[in-house]
Amino acid sequence: MSQDNAPAPYARRSRFAPRWPRKLLGTLLTIAVTLLGLLFVTFMIGRVIPIDPVLAVIGERATQAQYDAVFLELGLDKPLLQQFLIYVNDVLHGDFGRSIRTGQLVSEDIKRVFPATLELATLGTLIGVFIGVPLGVLAAVYRDSWIDQLARLVGLVGYSMPIFWMGLVGLLVFYGILGWVEGPGRLGVFYQGIVPERTGLLLVDALIAGDWTVFKDAFSHIVLPASLLGYFSLAYISRMTRSFMLEQLSAEYITTARVKGLSEWDVVWRHAFRNIRIQLVTVIALAYANLLEGSVLTEIIFAWPGIGQYITTSLLANDMNSVLGGTVVIGSIFVGLNIFSDLLYRFFDPRAK
Amino acid sequence: MTQTSLRAWLLTDAPQSRRQATAAAWYSGWLKLRGNTLAMLGLIVLVVVILAALCAPLLATQSPFAQDLGARLLAPGEQGHVFGTDSLGRDIWSRLVYGARISLYIVALVAVVAPLLGLIIGTVAGYAGGVLDVVLMRFTDIFLAFPRLILALAFVAALGAGIENAVLAISLTAWPPYARIARAETLTIRNSDFIHAIKLQGAGPIRIIMRHVWPLCISSLVIRVTLDMAGIILTAAGLGFLGLGAQPPSPEWGAMVSEGRKYILDYWWVATIPGLAIFTISLAFNLLGDGLRDVLDPKEAGK
Repeated sequence: MSQDNAPAPYARRSRFAPRWPRKLLGTLLTIAVTLLGLLFVTFMIGRVIPIDPVLAVIGERATQAQYDAVFLELGLDKPLLQQFLIYVNDVLHGDFGRSIRTGQLVSEDIKRVFPATLELATLGTLIGVFIGVPLGVLAAVYRDSWIDQLARLVGLVGYSMPIFWMGLVGLLVFYGILGWVEGPGRLGVFYQGIVPERTGLLLVDALIAGDWTVFKDAFSHIVLPASLLGYFSLAYISRMTRSFMLEQLSAEYITTARVKGLSEWDVVWRHAFRNIRIQLVTVIALAYANLLEGSVLTEIIFAWPGIGQYITTSLLANDMNSVLGGTVVIGSIFVGLNIFSDLLYRFFDPRAK
Repeated sequence: MTQTSLRAWLLTDAPQSRRQATAAAWYSGWLKLRGNTLAMLGLIVLVVVILAALCAPLLATQSPFAQDLGARLLAPGEQGHVFGTDSLGRDIWSRLVYGARISLYIVALVAVVAPLLGLIIGTVAGYAGGVLDVVLMRFTDIFLAFPRLILALAFVAALGAGIENAVLAISLTAWPPYARIARAETLTIRNSDFIHAIKLQGAGPIRIIMRHVWPLCISSLVIRVTLDMAGIILTAAGLGFLGLGAQPPSPEWGAMVSEGRKYILDYWWVATIPGLAIFTISLAFNLLGDGLRDVLDPKEAGK
């Protein structure tokens, strides 16, 4: 804004004077403002809900004196702005209040349920990347061939399919009819609590303990929901990969490379693909963020004890502390991944300057 | 006017009036769209769904709420129930037909509210510039940074479950991309000569924005809205599935899937058929959206 009419200050700048401290400062400011905004939105949601926060704590039959005591304890007598600052302060210290439903601290609850979501979303993203990227590249290289049509179909179905329905049908077919995988949940009843919990990621924990039966059971449980999420990120990743690759393949340096007599493999993978790597990482980061969020419905279908299920169950029980705490955590991760991909782009892609 | 001369009038290279030029532009767009088989397929499906929703009382074989516990969980085709019955013995076909009304109602409302909100915020930010622009865009970015379904969940929690609140929640999460688009369009328009000319004639900012900026933003917004329709349907169905959208006994498709979930292993049709309906309608919107984009915005086509 103000830079528009200022004389170009960089014109005689030494080429060694780094520009990044300024950029970094700007980015940090953006992060801070966005997170503050996020907290503000959740705070306002928490204030406008028609649920009395005091009654939610003490129940309907408390006396007026008890009511007043809790009213003061929750700080509801203070001005709204002050309440907001207290809320921000609490959240920054990792304090989201106590869950009415579980009786635990919300932060403890989230710590407990988050690894399940992380495990699911990570496996889903891995599936999406390892199938989606090659599919997108092939679709671009063999444009308008059957593989391109296939990629298009995969994308179209992925964008149109209600994920919760596909999960149900998946359960019906692969669990109910074919019996190839285990049903809902993370682990069979017989295998609960066998492996010591280290990371909270069951697959990793089982590997550390060297327990193959538990690993197999956990894998058999996770493979269906993870493939489901993987399919949705695959649809997105392959579509973006295809469009990036098409852009590269029509560039002149590709013609040059071909004229030089490079093999098609080298042209595609060593030249074109190399140039889309950064764009691709940003897309994958976004897909990952979307899976962390999109797992809400999947977790419900597969009775997966993750953060999505936690938020929804709390919501239905009018347990707002948990809902808002979970929203803030997912929102922050979302913001974090967004900014990460943005930064990656800005710092490593010379064309973005 | 005969058919051929109407066609000639529409396809002329030298339109005689403004009306003819507009009609010709629409007609050539329609011809292009008609050449796109998949888009036409989407359009036909949508027209059929809209007709079905309009004629629901004629098509439904019984009331969508009529329970018959003696005839519960009947398989498709049994006792004249085309798609079978659900756990309360309600006819699934009749519920589907009435449910189309709810889905279309939600989509139509969101497709009006969200772009309008985005249009207002985006054009004001782009036209005013300066501090207002920075503040509004930061505000937009905050909303954009929120995960959509979770935000919609939180809003529904705050507002209470129900169709109208679901519409509001989805709109509140859907407007930021429209604001971005509207702002970008406004920035390219605001310094053009015709805006300066209107300003010299004494037009105020509100008149300029509403009469001269908005009409030019509409076409890019329309493309985006059509492409977003499927997403809106899926989010609405997701909310319904979670029990936060339309409330029972309303025949909302997402809620119907949710009701059938308990019986999925033994009575597959109760959950599967409404899900297929959701898939069909959102697929149709996606096909049509892709086709429309090719017609209205050739720059982006093929991406």
